[in-house]
Amino acid sequence: MRHDHLISAKQLSRDDIETVLDRAAAIDGGEVTPETDGVLGLLFFEPSTRTKMSFDAAMKRLGGNTVDMGSVESSSVKKGETLADTVRVVSGYADALVLRHPSEGAAKLASEFVDVPLINAGDGAGQHPTQTLLDLYTMRENAGLDDLTVGIMGDLKYGRTVHSLASALTNFDARQHFVSPESLRLPRSVRYDLHEAGAQVREHTDLDAILPELDVLYVTRIQRERFPDENEYRQVAGEYRIDAETLEAAREDLVVMHPLPRVDEIAPEVDATTHAKYFEQAHNGVPVRMALLDLLLKSGGEGDE
Amino acid sequence: MSEDADRELRVSKIRDGTVIDHVPGGNALKVLSILGIDGSGGETVSIGMNVPSGELGKKDIVKVEGRELSQDEVDVISLIAPMATINIVRDFEVEEKHRVDRPDRVTGVFTCPNANCISTAGEPVESVFDVLDEGVRCAYCDTIVREDIAAHVG
Ligand SMILES: [Zn+2]
Repeated sequence: MRHDHLISAKQLSRDDIETVLDRAAAIDGGEVTPETDGVLGLLFFEPSTRTKMSFDAAMKRLGGNTVDMGSVESSSVKKGETLADTVRVVSGYADALVLRHPSEGAAKLASEFVDVPLINAGDGAGQHPTQTLLDLYTMRENAGLDDLTVGIMGDLKYGRTVHSLASALTNFDARQHFVSPESLRLPRSVRYDLHEAGAQVREHTDLDAILPELDVLYVTRIQRERFPDENEYRQVAGEYRIDAETLEAAREDLVVMHPLPRVDEIAPEVDATTHAKYFEQAHNGVPVRMALLDLLLKSGGEGDE
Repeated sequence: MSEDADRELRVSKIRDGTVIDHVPGGNALKVLSILGIDGSGGETVSIGMNVPSGELGKKDIVKVEGRELSQDEVDVISLIAPMATINIVRDFEVEEKHRVDRPDRVTGVFTCPNANCISTAGEPVESVFDVLDEGVRCAYCDTIVREDIAAHVG
């Protein structure tokens, strides 16, 4: 990998992505057993039990260890310490850091204050590049990554997993269809990057028209708090919910993905169909994060930007 | 009246300093803000606001006595005043004329409009914006500002 930090999926080339995915596949298949005696610092400024556990498990499976800042309520952050100070201190305890933070740009800022590799595990409505790596891994396993038609549906405005995935897909021969209510369209900055990358992109408010074309349907949650009143939310959320009946119009080999947790945007009856890959997707988090940590910890001391 | 006012402002000369002309009408105070001039530094400043102008309709003129702008400052002014002309005056004569040229990146000039951006959260960093063909973009949160960039100075 060319980078010491992983802040945004925008910095990932096709080569970078394939390096991580190949390594993850080799780890998953038991062909290689990378090891580290390093320590990973877990800085989660907003609760995310699963992402944290996934990094924790990945580091421990590599033979390494983790140190955890704990909850924000119990730390000095509550007393008003800046993020810049917190990461400077914790970087002294660890060989790499993982940061989840509620503000956009937090990972970039933090990376400016540390000498160890820093991984963005979600910054507000910004980016979530490791989720994207495991999403791509899952896509590659189930549908391949070339000549792909991908539908991405739900909250595209605040969905950081969507922003990262959309940028990463520009490295591949993918047609991207974005399906959302008007008020939750992709933000201007993401549309700008897609345009700059020459991506094939279309935006829709309705899934029906494009569903039959899709190889992959990536569903995200629409959050109640994005809407001023409950009725408006109910109406919108209902339109972007899929069930077995919705999927009758889809191709038989359609892959349905979701970053989880879901609420009711995918009906439980979909779980039993061959379309459902979201639990497999969640499992893929560990080998993919193992591969990434292995690569970053190796490149970390060399400063090979 | 309008013709006379324009001529009068153009001819009223300063001894040493900088004349920034052809600033879009109403943006003179933003120019001063970019230069970090708020009056406390003691500079003598003359401003003409919304002066009728053939090219722009209405323009502002800013004259700062006793101070020459750096090329960096000139370049940042280009973001809110792309048509600006900048004259460095020494001993009542225009010694240098600068064209404005858009920089690739500006630091500490704009405030990110995204209320959830880490650059506005009291961290020990200055704002950083990349300059796009149209508008500027926060290097921390990626937010793009296109309309009324001048409103985000400060
Ligand atoms: Zn910002």
